[in-house]
Amino acid sequence: MFGRQAPELTYCDVTPKSVYFDRRKFLRGMGLAGVAAVGGKSLLDLISPSITGHATTKLTDLVKSQFTTDEKQTPYNDVTHYNNFYEFGTAKGDPAKNAQNFRTSPWTVSVEGEVNKPRKFSMEEILKLAPLEERIYRHRCVEAWSIVVPWIGFSFNVLAKLVEPAPKAQFVAFESYYDPKQMPESRGTGLDYPYVEGLRLDEALHPLALLCVGMYGETLPNQDGAPVRMVLPWKYGFKSIKSLVKIRFTQKQPPTTWNRSASNEYGFYSNVNPNVDHPRWSQAKERRLGEIFRRNTLMFNGYADQVASLYNGMDLRKYY
Amino acid sequence: MPTILASKWAKVVLFLFCLVPFASLVWRALHANLGANPVEFVQHSTGDWTLRFLVFTLSITPLRRLLSIPEMIRFRRMLGLFAFFYVCLHFLTYIGPDQSFNLGGMWKDVQKRRYITVGFTAFVLLIPLAFTSTAGWIRRLGGRRWQLLHRAIYVSAVCGVIHYYWLVKSDVRKPLFYGAIVTVLLAWRLGDWFLRRRREPSASAASRRVPASVS
Repeated sequence: MFGRQAPELTYCDVTPKSVYFDRRKFLRGMGLAGVAAVGGKSLLDLISPSITGHATTKLTDLVKSQFTTDEKQTPYNDVTHYNNFYEFGTAKGDPAKNAQNFRTSPWTVSVEGEVNKPRKFSMEEILKLAPLEERIYRHRCVEAWSIVVPWIGFSFNVLAKLVEPAPKAQFVAFESYYDPKQMPESRGTGLDYPYVEGLRLDEALHPLALLCVGMYGETLPNQDGAPVRMVLPWKYGFKSIKSLVKIRFTQKQPPTTWNRSASNEYGFYSNVNPNVDHPRWSQAKERRLGEIFRRNTLMFNGYADQVASLYNGMDLRKYY
Repeated sequence: MPTILASKWAKVVLFLFCLVPFASLVWRALHANLGANPVEFVQHSTGDWTLRFLVFTLSITPLRRLLSIPEMIRFRRMLGLFAFFYVCLHFLTYIGPDQSFNLGGMWKDVQKRRYITVGFTAFVLLIPLAFTSTAGWIRRLGGRRWQLLHRAIYVSAVCGVIHYYWLVKSDVRKPLFYGAIVTVLLAWRLGDWFLRRRREPSASAASRRVPASVS
């Protein structure tokens, strides 16, 4: 939370009280301040995990969003203890275990490529770009399970407007943070890192595309992609890149991690589509966490009214 | 060691041990401790244990020979039947929560999805083996024919590993681990068969008299 250069900053602005009185955060702030003072990185490793660990902070003054489902939310504990974040291991419980000490502060997101105003955003700046909205989205994994999550953030197009995409920009490439030292479990998972994702420019600028900084009224926990990620509710979960550090506006369609790993199974678009099966399993149904039997999967994960027009005239079997 | 293995209590103890994974699932279910996706938890756990019990069953013959503990043969049937027990539970999680007990849908799935096809094959192959696992059936079929039938477990184990390999997304370490073990266990049999043939040309005749020693 506390940037090394500016230890007095950040979420204090959002929730002065909770940060001020949060014992663990205070201790961690002390720890990092100590490191800054000594100037030695190795000291960080000496500090106990409970002090360096990224704990979440309350986010307040959230604006209600029109893009919200009234479906029952998945319990916080399920969303934080059952998910994929292959950099921290491939079992569903691995991210919760192995991401505990992931260092997410200081954090900057670099925006470059075909834009008039390339620049870097600090996490503190990102949090102030727009009023934070709570959006309760359905989230459908390509593995045929689904959750309902109250994400916090704002449309990605807010950030895009600030950098002014050039006429040449046709696509947006996203890149996750990768540090094999902090993510030793990433080895042997069968994917190339850093994790990269991409969208067509019009997809990225669609208001549903969320630049996400929190969930359940708090900042993102490490295992769910702290401190900032994308959330694209009409696409399979793996399109919603986590722990975002680089955004590049490009002329050509950028490579994407799962597509590189198995192009016949994971397309560039990867829109939720019950009519186009994964080559190895059906996508017609899904298991909502907390339910026993499978329910029908909806076209574009139920967001067809909003996004179907993006794909007018496209053969969705070909562009899966 | 052999005297302990030969005692009647050895089987009772082993039986209880084999029930531990099942008991653990029941315990977790009663305490709502099956994680965020209980169906998947049970499915993965019973699948894992099926493969493990297949491996245990296939280990008996090499181990009793390599360690010279012939008494171990007493446990093979129980281990094999537990593999069948866990694969039945595994299948129940598929036909129930996954397919909503729709047999038509299941059959379509079996035909269409190769990892289901191969997994279903592994399951079906174990059914006659479980059914004919009694002493009565060994007598009825005759040692040699019974043994031939029960070699289906080799195919079942290989199919089980392929089933696992084909269903994971990109992390193939665990399926490859099981694959390596099953390969070693089957390669040992092949090597053993070759050596015996070379050592004594009449080995096939001998095996007719003592079926259990060749399996």
